Amino acid sequence: MKVKDTAAALRGFRLFDWLYKYGTLLTILLLIVIFWASTDHFFSNSNLINILRSISIVTIIATGLTVSLAVGGFDLSVGSTASIACAVAISMFVWYGQPLAIGIAAALAACLVVGLANAMLVTRFKIQDMLMTLATMFVFQGLALTWSRGATISENMILPSGDFATGKIPEAFRLLGRVPWIIVIMLVVVLAAHLFLNYTKYGRYMYMIGGNPEAAKLSGIPVNRYRLAAYVISALLAGLGGIVLGARVGSAEVNAGAPYLMEAVAAAFIGFSVLGSGKPNALGTFAGAVLIGVLSNGLIMLSVPYYAMDIVKGGVLAGALAITYIRGRH
Amino acid sequence: MERKAEGLLEMRGISIAFPGVQALDGADFTAAAGRAHALIGANGAGKSTLMKVLAGAYGHYTGEIRIDGREAKIRTPRDAKAHGIQVVYQEVDTALVPNLSVSENIMMEKLVHEMKGRHTVRWGELHREAQEVLGRLEVGIPTRKRVAELSLAEKQMVLIARAMTTDCRFLILDEPTAPLSNAETERLFRLVRLLKSRGTGIIFISHRLPELYEICEDITIMRDGRVVARGELKDWTQQQIVERMLGSKWEGQFPRRTNTPGEVVFEAKDIRDGDRVKGASLFIRAGEIVGLAGLVGAGKTELCRALFGATGPVSGEIRLHGRRLAVGSPFDAVRSGLALVPEERRREGVFVEESVTANLTVATLPRYTRLGAWLSAARERLAAGDIIGRLGVKTPSGAARVANLSGGNQQKVAIGKWLLADAEVYMFDEPTKGVDVGAKRDIYELVAELAARGKCVLYASSELPEIMGLTDRVYVMYDGRIVRELETDRTSEDEIMLYSTGGTGV
Repeated sequence: MKVKDTAAALRGFRLFDWLYKYGTLLTILLLIVIFWASTDHFFSNSNLINILRSISIVTIIATGLTVSLAVGGFDLSVGSTASIACAVAISMFVWYGQPLAIGIAAALAACLVVGLANAMLVTRFKIQDMLMTLATMFVFQGLALTWSRGATISENMILPSGDFATGKIPEAFRLLGRVPWIIVIMLVVVLAAHLFLNYTKYGRYMYMIGGNPEAAKLSGIPVNRYRLAAYVISALLAGLGGIVLGARVGSAEVNAGAPYLMEAVAAAFIGFSVLGSGKPNALGTFAGAVLIGVLSNGLIMLSVPYYAMDIVKGGVLAGALAITYIRGRH
Repeated sequence: MERKAEGLLEMRGISIAFPGVQALDGADFTAAAGRAHALIGANGAGKSTLMKVLAGAYGHYTGEIRIDGREAKIRTPRDAKAHGIQVVYQEVDTALVPNLSVSENIMMEKLVHEMKGRHTVRWGELHREAQEVLGRLEVGIPTRKRVAELSLAEKQMVLIARAMTTDCRFLILDEPTAPLSNAETERLFRLVRLLKSRGTGIIFISHRLPELYEICEDITIMRDGRVVARGELKDWTQQQIVERMLGSKWEGQFPRRTNTPGEVVFEAKDIRDGDRVKGASLFIRAGEIVGLAGLVGAGKTELCRALFGATGPVSGEIRLHGRRLAVGSPFDAVRSGLALVPEERRREGVFVEESVTANLTVATLPRYTRLGAWLSAARERLAAGDIIGRLGVKTPSGAARVANLSGGNQQKVAIGKWLLADAEVYMFDEPTKGVDVGAKRDIYELVAELAARGKCVLYASSELPEIMGLTDRVYVMYDGRIVRELETDRTSEDEIMLYSTGGTGV
């Protein structure tokens, strides 16, 4: 009798672990099957590519966020950083007629400054990362707005002087926002971040710092240096996301990056549980983004009205997070 | 028969299993009102589990609990409290609300369960009642103070006071003295004696054997989920207790050492760090184990951390082989060849969510890389496997999470990472705190082995027998200063204690 109980309990534990490891992937699979069965075109090649394209910007930004989560930080300013990159890149082309390289370099340079500012504030003032970056989120959002003078930057826009802007967005830049390049960039970012976090000593140090900052410090890891690096990487990837966004849309909208913040956060947190890593990880974040992407896409195909979509999205997110965090109770 | 059972707490044939582990196997335990009962066992022997069963933390045990000879059904914490059983766990902070006042924390049971139809708190009454409870216990803590501002010892007192607001017949104290200084322990014991005299039964879990003789009448010894011995404590010597705990013959606790120290290798002059360390000079020879003695709060931990750069740059000078070191951070310290095994193992020593291997290699990671950054899992496994074998770390594999290891094995992992680093100076800060007797012995041997290999060892401990048994020389700290240097062979526990408590000697 007693033996039987123990065996049953063991099975319970295993089933649970299994759910924890594969729950997210299973959910994605399930959604795909459901959408496949209930719509005509879900499983077409063009739609699958469509899904990948639609999640690429979120994934790039979320990967940066993942790196900041790995050191135990939380970069809430990634959306605003993307806005800055987008505004700077497009303005370089449209206002100043600069070539491709200068536009991109200027955008990334701006993000580098943003990352350094975040890192300095977080490491110097010992304020919780999430609160500090919540503050900087507003600051950077304001900076992006100020830079664009509160307006959308696009070709042929009317400048404050009353003239039309004459700069053109380079065709090569627009390519970055089109298939296949937009998907390639995303996959390269995910893969590079995965290798960096799991197979280099830098990544290992970052996870150690995220796991126990005091023990990491006393093991001789220069904690602040790595936290700084993580915030810079986070800002640069957010910047890359903003650049791709600009390339895709062909203009810099007001607060263009802001809507990506919450989806990026959701993707990164769903990703914790993927394959049982229990930590922020790049592949998991990608899976999280795929989950959100498949869901959005399928709901559109099912003609769910756009105003009701967030209800379903939020519900699935809650379910995925429940699987991830229920284990913390043991 | 019934008469005799009055005031008795009996647990009979208690068994409980968790997935993969039979934690208790037919354990019998008896405690009596008005007496203190020592519950002893190595880590993992099942004593905490047994007490959790009694406290109603686990509902799925088999066996029977009787109080006053009548069966007591205890399956939930509420049942246990209804039968007058209260526990003060080692982690006092988990049971307290730090932002509330002492009064609110003491009267919590009442505030939660006996508000009846009332919706407002009567502050005057609350403080008065709390004051009354503290008064009965002869404990002086301001009732309006926030609990967050109390010392650990005071927090324990608050929890005991809370237990006393209920009809508490049996009080379980789970390793209450581990973090306390001698003076604080004395105060706690005074309180325990007072409670005994009023008829409360005390169940006392502790790793410190000598102190049991001061307050306990009875003893139960556990091993591997079973009770292996019980009786009156006065019939037992410490040696006998340790033998029964370990289940094998106990041959002298400390390793025999033969090496003679060489040249002075490590020197620290007039180290000062704010009001934590107010002037400490010391030196360590090659192959020498130097003790750092002193009461809790004397500044031993602070000095170790200062030498290791953990509090940033400090004033004073540190020399290794005569060369001055600039130690501004642990990063610098490690590169210079220093190693620190910190006091708070789980908070500062190990990464509980990471694997044993990752924990062991963290301080020497660049060694297992190719092309400067790519980690080689095979090389890491090899290095970690070697240490796991050498230290006898009990783990299913190097891939197991450190959180799943026992305290002693976690400590071995914390030490193991520095063995790989092959440092020149090893600083140990209370390395045997909360570690069972078997693992303690392993740690002593390891320290001795480091010295035999010519390393410098600084061993900070508030356990005087450790200092006496292990070291060549002792520095005694008092109030942030090193006040005395003693040859271990020519001193005694009494003399060290004298200087530790601020005495000046002859």
